[in-house]
Amino acid sequence: MRNGNPMLSVENLHAAIGEKPILRGVDLAVRAGEVHAVMGPNGSGKSTLANVIAGREEFRVTAGSIRYDGRDLLGMAPEERAREGIFLAFQNPVEIPGVSNLHFLKAALNAVRKHRGLQELDVVEFRDTVLERLRRVEMGEDLLMRAVNDGFSGGEKKRNEILQLAVLEPRLAILDETDSGLDIDALKVVAAGVNAFRSPERAIVVVTHYQRLLNYIVPDFVHVLVEGRIVRSGGRELALELEERGYGWVQTPAAKGGEEARP
Amino acid sequence: MTLPAEARDRYLAAFEGAADEKGRPAWLRRLRDEAKERFVATGFPNVKHEDWKYTSVAGIEERRFELPSRDDGGLSPSDVAGILPGHTAGNVLVFANGRYRAELSVRRPLPPGVHLGSLSEALSGGGDGLVPYFSRSPANAFTDLNTMLMEDGVFLHVGKEVEVPEPIHLLFLTSGFERPVMSHPRNVIVAGEGSRVTVVERYAGLSDAGCLVNAVTDIAAGRSATVEHYRLQEDGPDAFHIASLRARQGTGSRFAAHSVSLGARLSRSDVHAVLDGEGAECLLNGLYLGNGEQHVDHFTTIDHAKPEGSSREYYRGILDGRSRGVFRGRVIVRQDAQKTDARQSNRNLLLSREAEADSRPQLEIHADDVKCTHGATVGPLDEEKVFYMRSRGIDESSARGLLAYAFAADILGRFDLPDVRRAFEEKLLAWLPDAGRIREFLHEPE
Repeated sequence: MRNGNPMLSVENLHAAIGEKPILRGVDLAVRAGEVHAVMGPNGSGKSTLANVIAGREEFRVTAGSIRYDGRDLLGMAPEERAREGIFLAFQNPVEIPGVSNLHFLKAALNAVRKHRGLQELDVVEFRDTVLERLRRVEMGEDLLMRAVNDGFSGGEKKRNEILQLAVLEPRLAILDETDSGLDIDALKVVAAGVNAFRSPERAIVVVTHYQRLLNYIVPDFVHVLVEGRIVRSGGRELALELEERGYGWVQTPAAKGGEEARP
Repeated sequence: MTLPAEARDRYLAAFEGAADEKGRPAWLRRLRDEAKERFVATGFPNVKHEDWKYTSVAGIEERRFELPSRDDGGLSPSDVAGILPGHTAGNVLVFANGRYRAELSVRRPLPPGVHLGSLSEALSGGGDGLVPYFSRSPANAFTDLNTMLMEDGVFLHVGKEVEVPEPIHLLFLTSGFERPVMSHPRNVIVAGEGSRVTVVERYAGLSDAGCLVNAVTDIAAGRSATVEHYRLQEDGPDAFHIASLRARQGTGSRFAAHSVSLGARLSRSDVHAVLDGEGAECLLNGLYLGNGEQHVDHFTTIDHAKPEGSSREYYRGILDGRSRGVFRGRVIVRQDAQKTDARQSNRNLLLSREAEADSRPQLEIHADDVKCTHGATVGPLDEEKVFYMRSRGIDESSARGLLAYAFAADILGRFDLPDVRRAFEEKLLAWLPDAGRIREFLHEPE
């Protein structure tokens, strides 16, 4: 399972917003075919990690490195990262009035395809692709005709993220609290969309506060992030233990010392 | 605020030249005299004047504008076709430097009960029917200047219950003069009870010469009439453009004033709508784009004088370079105007650090049972949106261009005339950086 070089390799990553340090030395290695869950209490830096990987410029990387397929990721613009196959499902997807969801998807897909040396899809191919993926996330066709996320409910926005994931077919998907604000039915639909995406060539990093989502998207590895550091790593059972015992358990100084289960 | 002697002499000479035309009715001569007296006494407003606080017209006062000579500078049908495509339906009335040009205009049959012609023609016949529309308030230095120097424009009268099926296009072109010319177009649009008409006023500069366009349009919408008005301003880069649109609405009438302000180094557009009958509806919907050193000022007043009126006001501006946008929106709700429903929104997008926008809503509410809201924003593009688009593989400049386009297209989306909407969507694209890529993006997937 742990064969080959990591697709994503985060080493000693430090990041700050303004002068405030958020990540204080994160190490993480993700290989193709793997699903990693990054869990942690509020303010632990989970979302920061997800956003730094996607290239959000508000976060300043102060030390450490991120390599993607062995290349320096930090030197790449967000759009380059996207075209290279990195996808961030946003915790709070942005509303873009005036830009139709369908146009947006098409432009994004064509940007990605062009980069990969593929032909742009023609109208019919594009439409068929989108409609097929749309069914996967049980989204209404009307949402395609509306402006991007404009007036969408919380659940619709999250489904729209998974629709984009399904259409763009990245290699590394980072889901930032995709479960937040979802009821159980929507959660199942979103999880099914993500599971359909799983393949030996792809990797997924699930950032979440609760283990609930992990009942549906079963991770290979679980990491606990506290105060900007991964304090514990383990298998699936670590998430269940966290649910039972709470984050207080891993926040003890003793726990901070122990990183025995690091993958 | 007094007029310097040199300027006074110039404007008086222009007045003498304009006023001695034969065949002008006595009532107009009187109005012109009165306007001249006021103008000479007060001169151009300065920035101490409350209504002109953000816009200095010193550049207008300093320039030696002249009325155009009789010999109108070489305009051809291709100049017109460059602005309005040949297949444009309906009537097209063309004015060159303020004067009607029959040979460039396209006249098509109109339903019975519609009068459409040049104002000078109507005045040469006495024009008694025009009197009530000529003494409209509010007046300011520029409307007075217009009254004292106006030569031509359009008089449109739509009879009771008549629907005019095609829009009427009015094209005001400025061209071909080495010396700075001024024109003072004056339009009167009267829509009778239950009638329906759409008028598109378009201003374009065909040369870069600094000119002054000082236009006044008065509109009367009768009981249950529907008037859609477009005002599209693309004067030359060195032009000064001053406009005043005054509308008076009867019971149950609907009035929409759409606008795009694109040209001129300095433009000022006043809109004053009085909802003077119960249940009248008013929509003001405007877009302004500024670049370089442009200064673009909109000053609107919606006066709810009677009960159960509704007004919607949407203005958006994109300001780049060192341009400055000014929006002032007064909404007055008179004591009598219960159940008024008024909403106003002004949003400004700043594309450069040096660009500037002032937004001043002003609600004056004297009735107690009303719904009035207003909102104003000034700021750069939302970086969250930019990042979201980039994170999907769209490059930064396309993302920024597309967001700016979408911001402005919101206004154009309310244009009911598809030809006008599409034409200005194209102009908006051309105005934005990276037009090609945005266009690619907007290309219909079907």
